[in-house]
Order: sequence, then structure tokens, then C-alpha cells
Amino acid sequence: MSKVVKNLTDLRDWVDARFPLMQLWNEHVGQYYAPKNFNFWYYFGVLSLVVLVIQIVTGIWLVMNYKPDAEFAFASVEYIMRDVDWGWLIRYMHSTGASFFFIVIYLHMFRGIMYGSYRKPRELIWVLGMCLYLALMAEAFFGYLLPWGQMSYWGAQVIISLFGAIPVVGETLSLWIRGDYVVSDITLNRFFAFHVIALPFAIAGLVLLHILALHHVGSNNPDGIDIKANKDPAGKPLDGIPFHPYYTIKDAPAIVGLLILMSVVIFFAPEMGGYFLEHNNFVPADPLKTPEHIAPVWYFTPFYSILRANTINFFMVPAKLWGVIFMGLGTMAFFLLPWLDRGKVRSIRYRGWIYKTALSIFVVSFLILGYLGLLPPTPGRTAVAQVCTILYFLFFLLMPFYTKWDKTKPVPERVT
Amino acid sequence: MMVKKVATAILSYILSVSCYAASEVGVPLLDADVDVSNTVSLQRGARLFVNYCVSCHSAEYMRYNRMAEDLGLDPELVKDNLMFASDKIGDTMTIAMRSDDSEQWFGVKPPDLSVIARSKGVNYLYSFLNGFYLDSTRPTGVNNIYYPNTAMPHVLWDLQGFAQKTDDGQIFVPEDSPGDMTVIEYQQATRDLVTFLDYLGEPAKLVRYKIGFWVISFLLVLFVITCLLRREYWRDVH
Repeated sequence: MSKVVKNLTDLRDWVDARFPLMQLWNEHVGQYYAPKNFNFWYYFGVLSLVVLVIQIVTGIWLVMNYKPDAEFAFASVEYIMRDVDWGWLIRYMHSTGASFFFIVIYLHMFRGIMYGSYRKPRELIWVLGMCLYLALMAEAFFGYLLPWGQMSYWGAQVIISLFGAIPVVGETLSLWIRGDYVVSDITLNRFFAFHVIALPFAIAGLVLLHILALHHVGSNNPDGIDIKANKDPAGKPLDGIPFHPYYTIKDAPAIVGLLILMSVVIFFAPEMGGYFLEHNNFVPADPLKTPEHIAPVWYFTPFYSILRANTINFFMVPAKLWGVIFMGLGTMAFFLLPWLDRGKVRSIRYRGWIYKTALSIFVVSFLILGYLGLLPPTPGRTAVAQVCTILYFLFFLLMPFYTKWDKTKPVPERVT
Repeated sequence: MMVKKVATAILSYILSVSCYAASEVGVPLLDADVDVSNTVSLQRGARLFVNYCVSCHSAEYMRYNRMAEDLGLDPELVKDNLMFASDKIGDTMTIAMRSDDSEQWFGVKPPDLSVIARSKGVNYLYSFLNGFYLDSTRPTGVNNIYYPNTAMPHVLWDLQGFAQKTDDGQIFVPEDSPGDMTVIEYQQATRDLVTFLDYLGEPAKLVRYKIGFWVISFLLVLFVITCLLRREYWRDVH
């Protein structure tokens, strides 16, 4: 036994003499000091990493049997579901993983907003995270075309045609994206290339940068206190604990918990009542038959609602273009948070009632917009969506003011 | 075993929240009440399916041998009694009818039924099969309350008899034109058929509940262990 250990240690030392193995390990895991007061909300970073790994691994196995060809794509998915050993499991893991990715990312973003994790010196972590979010949306959008069902097809058609609303270059641009006058085999092939190569690369790279930037400045915590301000004589933060073993162990039950929730969906409700796998997507794509009601998958619906809420032409700009502009601004607005927030404290724990109210209104509007985006529009629903769209943007527009005026509480010296 | 069955039943009930409630024309749907774990019902449904459906409709993603295996049927028996459109047991359920012929005859190509239960929902299919009534204005002589002006003829008429529609939209079979089955038998037969269609849409359904139970049980045990481990490690954090 001890001989095995010695051999392994020798191997490690051999590598370490040629590669900064122990240095990397210590910097990022073994001696990375994280605040000891992480709560429930701090699980979603590692969970999104877990989902990413699930998506990549299941994705590789799906590609082994999937055919990116308009003639065979739908049939190849059914082939995976029926004739490939455990194909149904791999496919459901991937389709469920897509929805769970957005669930954990939305919660992860909400954590960042709640505890002011985007504030100085973590602005770049936030910006990189937002780039990741956009890349993930693109990844999901490209991937959704691949099963080549009716919703795949018409969803892509609707979203690509949005580019057509851009003045002058719009039509040319959407033609360039599709590579054809309608969504076709050509579109499917290029979306496949983006989905399995370009965006996974971009996402993996951005994840690396996101984590490197985080480990450079250190993690925030629910109190929004800088733990590096209080160090022991050896230079270790008094309120910090090594990431390994403390957080690797603490994350383990959370990862298992996520797997349990995912398994419940995968094995007992893979369609999730039509929200994770839409019913209409079990009808093969038919370019001649437009479905009556086209709705994106749930994770895009808040922005889809904002798009549809723009029904008025003004300043000589057509409503459709306003919709596209506001939908774009709605996603991009998050980028500006580090500079819009002028509060004296980071964490919601020490903010006053004005900020708490503003954030609550924002979250409620976001959820209502998401719900409305699933339904066909009626005049009443559109009116509600318009109100929620205004509230959504007011959260960002008024942020410099209400965060400044808000009466904050004194922040403790050490974490609680 | 009992616990497992109850847990599965509760879970699948909670999670079967679905957004199919009414047909496209707003008529409330009948409750199909299917149970894919009922092998006998599946076998009866399979017999109806190959006898009545697979002359016009294909199920081109489904293989006969897969059906034989899943439904506990002898492949030879399937070959002799259930395969009319093909002769190799590993074949998929394709049909001989050409699509331009069918388009000429029915105005539309009869859809492939492989995943019809997943796109339309079992309640719709059950309602549809129970929704035919005599209507002399239609080329097929029948109409359907759940899918008005459907191009599909009532192929199960010899089983159900010719139903008529009352003024308040109810379907009934008059005593002078009964089918080979009673009303209850016909409902059961269509339920069997829809159960088969539900299985056909997703053959993995037969195994995924069972596997899911074990996977989740394992993960629950792992969850407890990791929680205990966490508590042990965190004892020294103050």
C-alpha cells in the first residue's frame, strides 16, 4: 500500500517539476479561502457547472446518433428514443438539463443581484457571467432547432425574422443567418455547427475566465463584507475557510439534491406537462403549416412577452422594431448593474425598504412576463405585459436614484 | 413492492399536470384513463391497432420485434397474426399505401401514428375515437365532435355501430344500429387502443418509472451520506 502511495507521490512530483500542478490546485482549491458564511443561494454556481458537464457528456452521446439533416433529423431523434440502448435516458437528460440550466442560472443571477456580487471589484466577473448567459441563450436557441419538430421550426422562423425588423439591413441580415429564404436544411446544418462546436467552446472558455476572475478577487458573501480586510498573522482571512475540503463537501449534498430533482423530471415527467418538451414538437417540421400558437420554451418567455408588449408605433419607428429593441435592452440591461447601483452597501441584508421593494417588484414583473409569454395574447394580457415591461425597465432606470436615497443599515465588521 | 407502487402512482399523478384540457374546438375532452403497465390492455390495443389502423396509418419509428418483446408476445405469433403490412419481424410499421393515393382519396395523407399520443395527448385520441356520429353532408358519411369535418372515416363503425348526435351535442348509439360491441365494450376497446398508442409514442415508458424509482432511491441514500459527511467536516468551522 505504502509503495503505491509513494509511487503516486513520485508521479505528482514528477509532474509538478514540469507543470504548476500543486500551485494551481492550491490557488484554486486547496488554499482558496472562501467566506465561511455561504448560504443556500451560493450553491447555484457549482450546480450550473454540474449541469454544464451533464449537457456536454449527454450531448456527445446524442451526436453519435443524431443526423443534422432536414430529411432525417426528426426520425433520428425517435431512433435515439427507441433503438439506441439507453438513448431515451440520454435524450431526456439533455432536454431536462437544458431547462435546469436556466433554472440554476436564473437563481445564480438572482443571488448576485441580491448580495451585490457585481459591485466593485467584481464587475468583470458579472460581465463575464452575463456573456455566459447570452451564450447560453444562443446555445439553447440553436439546440432547439435540432429535433426538427414544428415548434423547433417555427420558433426559429419567428426569432430569425425578428432581425428583419432592423431598418435597411434587416432582411439581408435574416437571409444571411438562415442561409435560405425560409428555415431549411441549410439553417439546420449551421445551427448544428454552432450548437455542438462554436458555443460549447465559447461557454467553456467563458466559464474558465469567470472562475479565474472570481478567484483573483475572492468570493463575495451574504453579508457583502470583504473578508480579506481581516486576516490572521499568517495572512489567511479570519472569516475564510479553504474551498477544499469544506466547500467541496458542502456542495456534495446540493449536487445530489439537484440530481434527485432532475431524476424526478427525467423518469416521471420528461415533458413536464409540455413546458420542457412541447407537445407540438412531436409533429415533424412542416414549412407549409404554421401552428396557431407559437411559444418559445419557458426560459425565453419573459423576453418574448416584452417583445409582444410593444404594440404602438411611435417616433416613426414601427412597433415590431420597438419590440426587438426593448427585448434586446431587456437582456443587455443586466450588464450595467455594477454601474447603476450606487448603494453604500452590497448586500440586501443591510439595504433599506426602498431597494427591497424595487427588487421584489422587479422579480414579480419578470415572473408575470414569463407566465404571459407562454400564453396566446389577448388585449387584457397585453395590457398587463405592458405594465410589467415598464416596471421591469424602471428597476434599471431608477436604480442610481433609489439605491442612493435608500436608508442603509450599518454593516458589521465580521461575517455573521 | 407496495410502497414502490404507491410512490410511483403518487409521483406520476402529481407530475402529470398537463396543458391539454380541451380539444381545439373547445369541447371538453373525455378522460382516457390509460395505464401502460396493463400488458393485457396493451396486447388488445395492439391487435386493434394492426387490424384497423396500420392499413392507412404508418408507425414508421416502431419495430414489430420491439412491440413483441415489450408486450410479452411470441415473435412467431406476431408474425402470423399481427403483421399484415410486412414480413420481417425487425421491420418498422410502414404501410403500402402511397401518399399521393391517400391524398387523392382522403384529401390529406393520414398522419404517422408513432408519436401521435405525445403531440395530441391520450385524452384527445380517446375522445376522437368516441366522437364519431352520422352526418350525411360529409363525404365519409360521418363527422366528429372533437375534430369537426375530419377527413378520417369511422373505421371502427362495425364495433361501435353508427352513433348519432343529439341536439345538445351528446353521442349515442341507437338501438336499431348496434355494433358488435356494447357501449361499455367499445369504450374499453378504444381505451385499449389509446393505451397502445400511448406506449407506441414512448416505449421507454414501460421501464422508466421502474428505473426512476431505483435511481432516486439510490440518490436519497447518497444524499443522507453526503449530509452526514458534511456535518462531520464542518464540525471544526466556528
